Amino acid sequence: MTLAEPPVPVRYVAKNMRVDLELIAGMIAPKTRVLDIGCGDGALITHLFHTKACDARGIEIDMKQVTQAVAHGLPVMQGDADSDLAHYPDGAFDYVVLSRTLQAVGRPREVLRQMLRIGARAVVSFPNFGHWRVRWQLLARGRMPMTPTWDRMWYETPNIHPCTIRDFFELCAREGYAVERWLAADDSGRRAPWRRAPWLANLFGEQAVFLLRRQR
Amino acid sequence: MEQVLNPLAIAHQHVVFEDGLTLDGGAHLPRLVVAYRTYGTLHPSRDNAILVCHALTGDQYVAEPHPLTGKPGWWEMLVGPGKPVDTERYFVVCANVLGGCMGSSGPRSPRDEDTAELWGTDFPPITIRDMVRAQARLIAHLGIERLFAVIGGSMGGMQVLEWAATYPERVFAAIPIATAAYHSAQNIAFNEVGRQAIFADPDWAGGRYWREGRIPARGLAVARMVAHITYLSEQALTRKFGRRLRAASVLGPYSDVFEVESYLQHQGSSFVRRFDANAYLAITRAMDYFDLAADHGGEVAAAFAGTKTRFCLVSFSSDWLFPTSESRAIVRALNRVAANVSFVEIETDKGHDAFLLDEPDFHRTLRGFLDGCAQHAGLSSAGAP
Repeated sequence: MTLAEPPVPVRYVAKNMRVDLELIAGMIAPKTRVLDIGCGDGALITHLFHTKACDARGIEIDMKQVTQAVAHGLPVMQGDADSDLAHYPDGAFDYVVLSRTLQAVGRPREVLRQMLRIGARAVVSFPNFGHWRVRWQLLARGRMPMTPTWDRMWYETPNIHPCTIRDFFELCAREGYAVERWLAADDSGRRAPWRRAPWLANLFGEQAVFLLRRQR
Repeated sequence: MEQVLNPLAIAHQHVVFEDGLTLDGGAHLPRLVVAYRTYGTLHPSRDNAILVCHALTGDQYVAEPHPLTGKPGWWEMLVGPGKPVDTERYFVVCANVLGGCMGSSGPRSPRDEDTAELWGTDFPPITIRDMVRAQARLIAHLGIERLFAVIGGSMGGMQVLEWAATYPERVFAAIPIATAAYHSAQNIAFNEVGRQAIFADPDWAGGRYWREGRIPARGLAVARMVAHITYLSEQALTRKFGRRLRAASVLGPYSDVFEVESYLQHQGSSFVRRFDANAYLAITRAMDYFDLAADHGGEVAAAFAGTKTRFCLVSFSSDWLFPTSESRAIVRALNRVAANVSFVEIETDKGHDAFLLDEPDFHRTLRGFLDGCAQHAGLSSAGAP
């Protein structure tokens, strides 16, 4: 009898942190209070502190990354997007950021609600499952797509709630969130030139960044 | 029994506050003595002071050989030149707690200046907040308006929480390590076993053992043995001793057989040489009374409402005396008031004791957090003013 290998802890999709960070930072006003959920080693927090003088803090689920971040002097706590946001008071932050993590949380709709409860605005980035390569693979091969972005087998992917750009627009409308800004980009961060046509962005954008606001 | 050194025989650096201290229990201590040690240099701007709070059986000798035992300071790994709590950069203060037996007012200290009569069991009950108030007197005496940081583990962590709750404007950064916002029923239970062991020792003599030159060594040693088990973990005990037998041991119910037994007995007997039984009783009681929520309308969060202090909580994965869940509860309370909080659980098999041991991740965390805070506090990085 062979013993089963210990399960490899499954992490969120690899982040192209530099690209993501710049797109997100571009949506955040200077000198504001920011909470970065799933902050990894704290690259965005450092960036916001040094370039925009923000009071930026982070939550990260992976203890190694948390230790790394705190050891670099960053205010980061170990915690979980699904369970730890409920403890913050209303309106504690100007921005709550969820970078390429929405597709991996247990209850994305609840996480978004919490984000817009504790923050005046939410910045959400996610990889777009509506990209043409994903669609083509499913159509042509009849199997779950494997792309540079969606690179884990269906049985071991942490990305349990993938969505498309159009799905996300629809959820925002349903939940009553105002989309203040949005953009689609390829994985190297080049902004897609289809800013006024969500259906084109949904076909050619590899990732999307949304700036949402609580409706008054 | 081995020869017992008299802790009174040592002159500890101290300050006397003749106006005394009014305690949480309502009693007034007529004369307050706070014994302390300092390391490093206070900047002329007085902004680089770090207060280290010691645990139940610790003392002010953080970073130098202990005057009784000759052993290295209990946190020498963390505090010193170039260490995470860098004494070339920070001015580090550590005071013997109120109720302690290393020079501060406590059961082992004289009732007043003139008589040789000791407080003994007449020493009034004290709380963690009383300890913190006594430290606050010392800090003011040293001319420090705001502490750059307050750091402590276990009962020291309770003091850190109390500092941040009682004097929020005087604490820039708070680092409670391996601690909780209240003492749990299980922890009170372990303390009670220790106390009963002391009471049961005929040499305790109703608490007046010092009058007859006796010491409840058996009782205090058993108290220490029980407590010591709670500081370790099952894995650590197994790793250190397993089921190994003592060399040349006679098998039988009335003799020491296993290595772990002689280890614990050694812990007990060496403790008796440096600690006072009545002080042990007074301090364990203070820990048992500690309940931050109860003091703030049932909500830990209320203790920190509006706080500007930056917090860093650290717990250890195999600590079952102050488990991670207790630290996380504090973190959540701090989240409720949108406080600035970092939180790390260090992976280790060393149990509660880990906060005193060589844990590189813990030390990196502490150093980094202090660096980050120094940056936010505008503290100059050079030791020179």
